[in-house]
Amino acid sequence: MTATRRATDALIIVAVLLAAWQILHRIAGDTALPAPIATLTYLTQMLPTERFAQNAAATAEAFSLALILAYALGLAIGAWMGAHRLSGAVGEPILVAIYSLPKIVLYPVVLLIFGLGISGKVVFGALHGILPVALLTMGAIRAIPPVYLRSAHTLRLTPWQVIATVLIPAALPEVFTGLRIGFTVTLLGVLLGEMFASRLGLGSMIMSDMQLAQSKDMVTVTIILFAFAAIANAILLWIEHRLHRRV
Amino acid sequence: MSRVGLIRLAVIAALIGALEFACQTGLINRRTIVPPSEMAVTLYKLLASGAINADIARTLGVIVVVIAFSIVLGFALGVLIHALPRIREALDPLFATYYAVPIFIFYPVLIAIFGLTIFPIVVIGVATAIVAMIIATLNGLDRVPRVLTKVARVHRLSRVSTALTLQLPAAAPYLFTGVKLSVSYGFIAVIAAEFILSPAGLGRDIADAYADFNNRRMYALILFLLIVATIVNAALHAFDMRWAERGSGGRP
Amino acid sequence: MARDVHARVEGVTRTYASAGNQPPVHALGPIDLDLLKGEFFAVVGPSGCGKSTFLEVLAGLQRPSAGAVTFEGKPILGEVADGIGVVFQEDASFPWLTVWDNAAFGLRRSGVAETEVQRRVDDALAFMGLKDFTRAYPSQLSGGMRQRVCIARTLVLQPRLILLDEPFGALDAQTRLLMGDEVLRLWRSTGATVLLITHALDEAAMLADRVGAMSARPGRFIDVIETGWPRERDSSIVAESAFGEITGRLWERLRGESLKALGASRLAAAAAD
Repeated sequence: MTATRRATDALIIVAVLLAAWQILHRIAGDTALPAPIATLTYLTQMLPTERFAQNAAATAEAFSLALILAYALGLAIGAWMGAHRLSGAVGEPILVAIYSLPKIVLYPVVLLIFGLGISGKVVFGALHGILPVALLTMGAIRAIPPVYLRSAHTLRLTPWQVIATVLIPAALPEVFTGLRIGFTVTLLGVLLGEMFASRLGLGSMIMSDMQLAQSKDMVTVTIILFAFAAIANAILLWIEHRLHRRV
Repeated sequence: MSRVGLIRLAVIAALIGALEFACQTGLINRRTIVPPSEMAVTLYKLLASGAINADIARTLGVIVVVIAFSIVLGFALGVLIHALPRIREALDPLFATYYAVPIFIFYPVLIAIFGLTIFPIVVIGVATAIVAMIIATLNGLDRVPRVLTKVARVHRLSRVSTALTLQLPAAAPYLFTGVKLSVSYGFIAVIAAEFILSPAGLGRDIADAYADFNNRRMYALILFLLIVATIVNAALHAFDMRWAERGSGGRP
Repeated sequence: MARDVHARVEGVTRTYASAGNQPPVHALGPIDLDLLKGEFFAVVGPSGCGKSTFLEVLAGLQRPSAGAVTFEGKPILGEVADGIGVVFQEDASFPWLTVWDNAAFGLRRSGVAETEVQRRVDDALAFMGLKDFTRAYPSQLSGGMRQRVCIARTLVLQPRLILLDEPFGALDAQTRLLMGDEVLRLWRSTGATVLLITHALDEAAMLADRVGAMSARPGRFIDVIETGWPRERDSSIVAESAFGEITGRLWERLRGESLKALGASRLAAAAAD
C-alpha cells in the first residue's frame, strides 16, 4: 500500500465529506449550517478574536489539569491493580462497569461537590480519563511474561533496577495506548462539562452560539476541536507504533 | 460465587454503607449528596406513582431504536465493506480516527439543522454507536479461520450457505463484542444528549432536578439510570464470556 | 494385483503471481502421478516444497497453472469433486457445534435422509472413538480428538479418495504414532484411496504402500519408493529392519533437498567436495 495511494484515498475521503457538507448546507440553509468554504475562511477571521482566545484558554487549562490528574491517578491505580493480583481481580470488573456507564449522569454530583468553577470540569474530565489509563496499565503489567522477572532475578538486579529496566520498557507500549485513549476521553469529558454548565470554554461557546443562531462560529469551533483531536491522536498513535515496534 | 466475587460484593457494600453513614451523620451535607437509602426510597415512590413512566418510555425507547439501527445497519455496512477490499483500505484511516474525535460535539450542530426534536438525539446516538459495530463486523469476518472456507468448498457449499452456516457463526463472538459496544455507546450518547439539551427524557429530568435544587428527585433518577445501564451491560458481558469460552480456548 | 488408476495428475505445475515487480513464484511441478485405487500414498518433502499445494490442486481447491487432474476418469476443474474428502492440518472443527453436529455437518447438507444421517454419524463417531463425547464442544477436547472429529466429518460422506494434509502436524510424537494406527484402520475399513502429506519420514515409511519423495521448491517427485508392507499393518512395524531401510533411503534422497529448503545450498556444495 504505497504512500501516494494512501494520500489520494485520504483526499478522496475529505472531498466526499466536504461534498456531503455542502449538500447538507443547501438543504438546511445558511442559518443552520454554513457552507464549507465560508466556514474555512471564517476560521482565519475568528481565531485571533479575543472571545475565541479566552474560551480556548479556559478549555486548555481545564483539559491540561484534567489530563494530568487522569494520568497520575490512572497510572497509580493501574500499576497497583496490575501488581497486586487480588486487587486487580476484585477491581477490574468494577472499573469496566463504570467505563460502560453514561458518566454524564454523575456530572451534577461532581458539580455539587466541587462547585461550578474549573474544578468541576477538571474532576469530570479526569473521571473519564482515569478508567482507560488504569485498565490498560493494569493489563500491561499483568501481561509481562513472568520469565522476564525470573531472568531479572537471576541477574541479581535491585527492585528499582527491575522496575526501570525491565518492567517499564515491557509495559510501556500498552500503557501508552491507555494514555492515548485517556487523552481522547478526557477531552470529551471536559467539553461535555462545558456544554452543560459553564460560562467559559469552547464547549459552552458552541452551546451559546447554537442558542444565538451564530452557526458560523458554532461550526468553526466544532471543526477546530475535531482537527485538534485528530492531529493529537495521530501524533500519539505514531509514537505508539514506534513503541510497539521496539518490543 | 467465587472468593473474589464475594470480596468485590463486600467492597461495594462497604462503600455504599460508608456513604450512607456519612450522609446520615452529616459528614456529607444533604444538599450535596443524599443518603443512598433515601435515593432508593424516592426512586421507588417515583416508579410506583408512575410519574416518570412517560420519560422512561421515551428515553429507553430512543435508546432501543438507536441500538437496533446501529447494530443492523452497522453489520450490513461491515459485511459490504469487507467484500470490497479497495474501499476498506481507503476507509481504514477514517475508522481508526473516528473514536479519537469527540463526535458528540456535533450534537449542537444537529440541533441547529433539525431543531430541538428527537431527531438530533437519534442521529448522534447512531453516529456514536454504528462505527463500533462496523469495526467489529470487519474484525469478525477477518478472523474466520481460512481453513473453514476451505472446508466449505470441500463440502461444496454455495456462497450463501457458506456465509450463513460457517462465516456467521465463526464471526459471532466478535460480532457480539460489537453489539456490546454499540449498546454501551448508544446509552451514553442518548443520555448525554438528553442531559445537555432535549425537550424530554430522563436525562432532561435529571438536568431539571439539578436546576431546581431537587436533590432527592435528581439522585433517584441518577440511581435509576445507573442501575439500568449496569444491568444491561453486565448481562451482555456475562453472555460474551460464555460465547468466548466456547469459541476459543481448550487444550491444544 | 493390478490396480486401476483412481486419480491421475499429468504435467501439473502451479505458479503464483507475486506482488510488485517480482517474478512469478514457481511453487510446484511439473508433477506426474497415477494414484492407484485403494492404495495408501504418502508424500514427503521439506517445508515449503509445495506438498500442500499439490494436495489442494488434486482436491480441486486450486487450479493448476498447467497440466490436468482427473479423478475417476473425469477432469477436476477448480471445484471439489463428489467422493473426495479432505482433512486439513489446521483445526477445522467448528467451535459453535457439538462433536455430533460437527460430524453431521457436511452430510446434512447433501440431502441424505435424517435416519441415514443419524446412522452414519453414530458409526463414524464410534469408529473414531468419540462415542462418549458426542455432546461435547471442540473447545473441551484435546487437539488429537479435534482432528478425529474432522476425520469423522469426512468419513460420514463415504469418500472414495481421502486427502490428509499433515493432519498430525500439531500433535506430539506418541500421539502421532497412535493416530497413524487410526488412519490405517480407517483406510482398511473404508477401502478408500488415501493420500497423506507429511514432513515426517518415519510416518510416511510406516503408513504408506508407496512414498513419493518431493524435492524442494518447485516441488517435483524425485523418487517413488514402494514399501511392500502388508495391508494389515500397524505402528509396530517400526521395529522391523525394512522400516529402517526405507526411512534411510528416503533421507538419502531428501537430505539434499532439505538443505536446499533451509537455504544452505552452499553448505551442500561444500559437503559434496
